[in-house]
Amino acid sequence: MVPKIMKQGTLTPWLYLAAALIIMLVFIVYPTINTAVLSLRDKTGTQSAAVDCVPGQACWGVFDNYHYALTDSEMVQALRNNALWILLTVPGTVGAGLLFAVLTDRVRYERLAKTIIFLPMAISFVGAGVIWRFVYYLEAGGGSQIGVLNAIITALGGQPIAWLTNRSWIVNNTSLWIVWIWLWSGFCMTILSAALKGVPAELLEAARVDGATEWHVFWRIMFPIILPTITVVATTMVINVLKVFDIVFVMTNGLNGTEVIANRMFKFIVTNQGRSMAMAVLLIALTIPIMIINVRRFREQERIR
Amino acid sequence: MNTERIKRILGRIPVHVIVISMVVIWLVPTLGVFVTSFRSRQAVRTSGWWTVLSKPSPLGQQEYGTACASCHGAGGKAMATADLSDPEVVAEYMKTNRLLPLLRQGVNGQPMVQDPEWQALVQDTSRTKEALDALSPVSQYLGTLSGSGQAVEYGLTASNWLDALVGYKGTATYQKDCAPGVSESGKFKCNASDLLNPEGMARAFLNSLLVTIPATLLPILFAALAAYAFAWLDFRGRMWMFALLVGLQIVPLQMTLVPIAQLYSKLGLQSSFIGIWLFHTGFGLPYAIYLLRNFLGGLPRDLFESIYLDGANHWTAFWKLALPLSVPAIASLGIFQFLWVWNDLLVAIILLPGNPVLTYQITNLIDPRGGNWHLLTAAAFLSMIVPMLVFLAFQRYFVRGLLAGAVKG
Repeated sequence: MVPKIMKQGTLTPWLYLAAALIIMLVFIVYPTINTAVLSLRDKTGTQSAAVDCVPGQACWGVFDNYHYALTDSEMVQALRNNALWILLTVPGTVGAGLLFAVLTDRVRYERLAKTIIFLPMAISFVGAGVIWRFVYYLEAGGGSQIGVLNAIITALGGQPIAWLTNRSWIVNNTSLWIVWIWLWSGFCMTILSAALKGVPAELLEAARVDGATEWHVFWRIMFPIILPTITVVATTMVINVLKVFDIVFVMTNGLNGTEVIANRMFKFIVTNQGRSMAMAVLLIALTIPIMIINVRRFREQERIR
Repeated sequence: MNTERIKRILGRIPVHVIVISMVVIWLVPTLGVFVTSFRSRQAVRTSGWWTVLSKPSPLGQQEYGTACASCHGAGGKAMATADLSDPEVVAEYMKTNRLLPLLRQGVNGQPMVQDPEWQALVQDTSRTKEALDALSPVSQYLGTLSGSGQAVEYGLTASNWLDALVGYKGTATYQKDCAPGVSESGKFKCNASDLLNPEGMARAFLNSLLVTIPATLLPILFAALAAYAFAWLDFRGRMWMFALLVGLQIVPLQMTLVPIAQLYSKLGLQSSFIGIWLFHTGFGLPYAIYLLRNFLGGLPRDLFESIYLDGANHWTAFWKLALPLSVPAIASLGIFQFLWVWNDLLVAIILLPGNPVLTYQITNLIDPRGGNWHLLTAAAFLSMIVPMLVFLAFQRYFVRGLLAGAVKG
């Protein structure tokens, strides 16, 4: 690989690497190990987690924080919500991204349209939180509705809806999922659009000449070719969704049935380190299988090329 | 025009409809915040931002019209004995709990309110609360008629932005409290030093810049050095170290915050800028090294051989050849890291609580009852301007970086 002529001292590479390696050791490797250790300790991090065991109640000894993380009712709710986030927002973002990538390919204002869909990527979760809280806002005091959604509903003669503090947790969660789809569809669209443009034009032309409808051209030709990219995008989105925090923190703070693991973890950081860290380990444990699938897929894709 | 062509154009209409409606749906939420940031507090609270171009009728005009206009006249001047455009007459009745007894009492045995529905409501003592609520817009309109009440300011104004910048949270505006000639108002000095108020967005903006610029440059510099070593230097463990590094990308940030916060409090680095720079650097490095190594490794070998034949060493090869050639990759990285750090909330809350950045300051402004949308929207937009400009200016590089990173392991 490295040309012979480029002589170097034995120490030289390490001088180039030193800063990066030290910083990564201190800021990624050390804390990861430390987190795993703390997850086996009690709330102050000084004693084994087993001290919190109450006689007569189920306890996993030193792994009691994991017992909490997997069985506590709030945590079960958070796990359920994380699962629903994955099941609903991943198809949502990838689907919207794909639809938009396919459709904008056929219009002349493609660049402008794509920029607008993509723009939320530049906005912070906090900014997006403000934007959407305003969309969902409910004027409860009897004044006129100043949030777009409730204004539309009342203009059509309906009753305004509490989008984020509804008695039904499904409504509250759906409101959050919509924000997520708004934020991330642009990301999916950009990558899928690049993949679509890589589909050989002759192939599409040949199919159209043979009388295939656009519907068939998409499902029989384009879709199979970009399927590997779709998988990569989908797995990336799964990992992003698993770690979802800011949106929930800003919009509902996990109230009214919208709790997720990362927000739960944040709430416990000060009050109970052991539990908080067990949740962090749980998060990474959930991420690893998806990463492995992703790497495998990528290797296959490389081989096919 | 032949029918074939018309058919084709018609067939494309659904595509346009879907694309345009999606664009509109994506744009409307942000547009609402942008428009609202230029409206006065009362205007925001009483009417939707989409009415900004229409001229709204003053609050209570309609209610006054049905309840009172038949005797007092639309302008309130029809009765000389009770001229409602006279501030002194009206001053008493601008409170609903004064107005209601008067209406119940009537004049010379005749009911004061002509409209039968209103009359029934006013007379029914079991519905007092409802009557008071219904009268509130009327008494407000009486104030508007007489000129003594506060009229809603519907014009567009930049005062919310100023209020957000200096951190003004009072009931008027910073501009009114600091009218010319006033040299001090509460905690404000009414000069440029107010921009440094720790509760203001101007100060937070400065903090965000102070965090983001070094936290963008440092990882790029360190990553470029390391990537050069991985691409063009020979050392033991090169392959497995690089593989390990790619694996580090999956560590979620949340996992590392607490141990680092504890480490910082031992070292006295809590709430210091150096601390947050180093943290963001650590987290940016794996991806940055990965991307830059792939880029540098893809450069032609001959280039490096020839500069070496000319007598250069690795140090000059790095600065004179590798770095200038990798500008496109560095640009993508820089934008990613910049947006990431600028938009971050979690790290800033935990590691830099003493110097609130923009995102943190916005969460402080959120009022669950919706009382300060005028401030919140301006503050949110202040925080969005820089990343949006960066994004629009360098979109090409951003997309390129995204495509390079999307297939990462």
